[in-house]
Amino acid sequence: MTAVDETTTDPAAGSPVNTARAHSHGAGVVPDASRAERVTSFDVADFAVPTGREEEWKFSPLRELAPLFEAAPAGSAAVEVSGPDAVVHRTGTLQEVGAGTAFTPGDRAAVTGWAATAQAHLVSVPAEAELDAPVLVAVRGTAGTTTSGHLVVEAGHHARALVVISHTGSGAHRGGVEVRVGDGADLTVVTLQEWDADAVHVGQHDVLVGRDARVRHIAVSLGGKAVRLSTNVRYAGPGGDAQALGVYFSDAGQHLEHRLFVDHEATNCKSYVEYKGALQGDGAHAVWIGDVLIRAAAEGTETYELNRNLVLTDGARADSVPNLEIETGEIVGAGHASATGRFDDEQLFYLQARGITPDEARRLVVRGFFASIVERIGVPEISERLMTTIETELAATDLAGTSSTEEN
Amino acid sequence: MPTLEIRDLHVTVDEADGGTKEILRGVDLTIGSGEVHAVMGPNGSGKSTLAYSIAGHPKYTVTGGSITLDGEDVLAMSVDERARAGLFLAMQYPVEVPGVTVSNFLRTAKTAIDGEAPKLRTWVKDVKQAMDDLKMDPTFAERNVNEHFSGGEKKRHEILQMELLKPKFAVLDETDSGLDVDALKIVSEGVNRSLASTGPGVLLITHYTRILRYIKPQFVHVFVDGRVAEQGGPELADSLEETGYDRFLTRA
Repeated sequence: MTAVDETTTDPAAGSPVNTARAHSHGAGVVPDASRAERVTSFDVADFAVPTGREEEWKFSPLRELAPLFEAAPAGSAAVEVSGPDAVVHRTGTLQEVGAGTAFTPGDRAAVTGWAATAQAHLVSVPAEAELDAPVLVAVRGTAGTTTSGHLVVEAGHHARALVVISHTGSGAHRGGVEVRVGDGADLTVVTLQEWDADAVHVGQHDVLVGRDARVRHIAVSLGGKAVRLSTNVRYAGPGGDAQALGVYFSDAGQHLEHRLFVDHEATNCKSYVEYKGALQGDGAHAVWIGDVLIRAAAEGTETYELNRNLVLTDGARADSVPNLEIETGEIVGAGHASATGRFDDEQLFYLQARGITPDEARRLVVRGFFASIVERIGVPEISERLMTTIETELAATDLAGTSSTEEN
Repeated sequence: MPTLEIRDLHVTVDEADGGTKEILRGVDLTIGSGEVHAVMGPNGSGKSTLAYSIAGHPKYTVTGGSITLDGEDVLAMSVDERARAGLFLAMQYPVEVPGVTVSNFLRTAKTAIDGEAPKLRTWVKDVKQAMDDLKMDPTFAERNVNEHFSGGEKKRHEILQMELLKPKFAVLDETDSGLDVDALKIVSEGVNRSLASTGPGVLLITHYTRILRYIKPQFVHVFVDGRVAEQGGPELADSLEETGYDRFLTRA
């Protein structure tokens, strides 16, 4: 019989179950004096091959990711871009597409990926254009190959657009995504990791938010053997509003890692981070790192970050590390929360007391858990497809006994 | 006539320190269709334990006695089987289910109870009518189950389910608690509509007598220390209104 096992990593609480680390505020988690001091560079020589002892790699499966640390030349993943006529799509070298103005590699895989990228892509939404359909960027990996890619997504001032990047296929892929959001623009970038079960993927997404611009970055990681996605948000001017949302479902032996860094330097900007994940099966591993830095100049900042993990079976492990550094007191608000728990038995009882079978009740609860984020993607067909994938994954594991309501 | 029969029911609950505590110590109750039985009693007398035990909450362990519905062994049924057999519990503290809308929840529950999906057109009309009767705003259907509901909204939502799911027996666990007079009347009217239309047996658990002004019981049972200490007709509730539970407590 499993009791309700909700653990909130609250500064006052002790060491929580299923969480390697509780809250830590700055000192103690990151060996650097500040998150701001982490190296970023275009030079491969500035990043050694990780050994696993580094703070930023300690949770990652280095054996799986090893091909992605090699500095050797690599092929390009197959990329197809489609979207409304107003959108400009160009390919060429990194220089030809103007990459690197809002993106700097932040780790070994990102820098080797940058160095090995022969063909980059630019998707540009003209100023003041309001797209009536999403731009679709389909990235497909090939088994047995290591590929690199770089995509620049540019939204001109006061443009409004939705860009969906999907990742399918196999192989080992390094993907840099550089998102430049013009002043007053409203941009949503969705990145779907729907890889085959043997794929490995390390990605770095740098998002630069223009003055008074609004951006949503939504990451959905369901497939792949190991996925590690770093999303970095910076603000080019005051009044920016960034949301970084994500969902993930980690199965047996699958590693899904999401690292967020929101760097507040401009005044009066907002950030909201919300990641929700489910884990099931032996060796299922999820890592969520949420770093927020409010620099001394960033007065009027409002930020909140939240990570929730639903651990569906024994043998799964969720690491959740929110980290907030605040260098000014002149802010609107700053908070974070992290919780890792089992099914809520009271929820299941309530549903079953209305005649709903235990399987159906769990399905409803998981669907509800993810719905709040998946439904914000803005493309109903994609939301529905993802929900179906999630339900298929859920059905794959016998959940009987994960809740006490079975026993009587 | 459908009958819910509770015989010599003994129930324990697991305590935080690992021990168990006996809450119900031999409860006997027989409820027929269309009858309203009020179960009254002081805090801690076991009223809610009785409600949850009938519904099959895993926290409570039945150590003796029986519950049967038309002769069928309720205790052998899982929680959802009990609901499908026609039992309904309106909870004192309804649970939030994030991301699941009231509309989706009601349809899923109705489908589960009936064994088939309700016909769309009549169902939509029925839900709308029932919500209207309970003075619930139409936007309510698109909110997540019990999430950010006020106390009154939660109770109306429970009675909405009772009206739509049409159980054979309904246990209302302190449905009156936390309601102002207006909400109490609305909720009581809902219960009375159910009684008039489908005639379920109702076990009305309450600490106070005021809900009995709106829902008329034929039988009143006073619960003290895990068993029925006294039973009678509506006049027993009237005497409780005057004297309170003191005479039972001193006797116990």
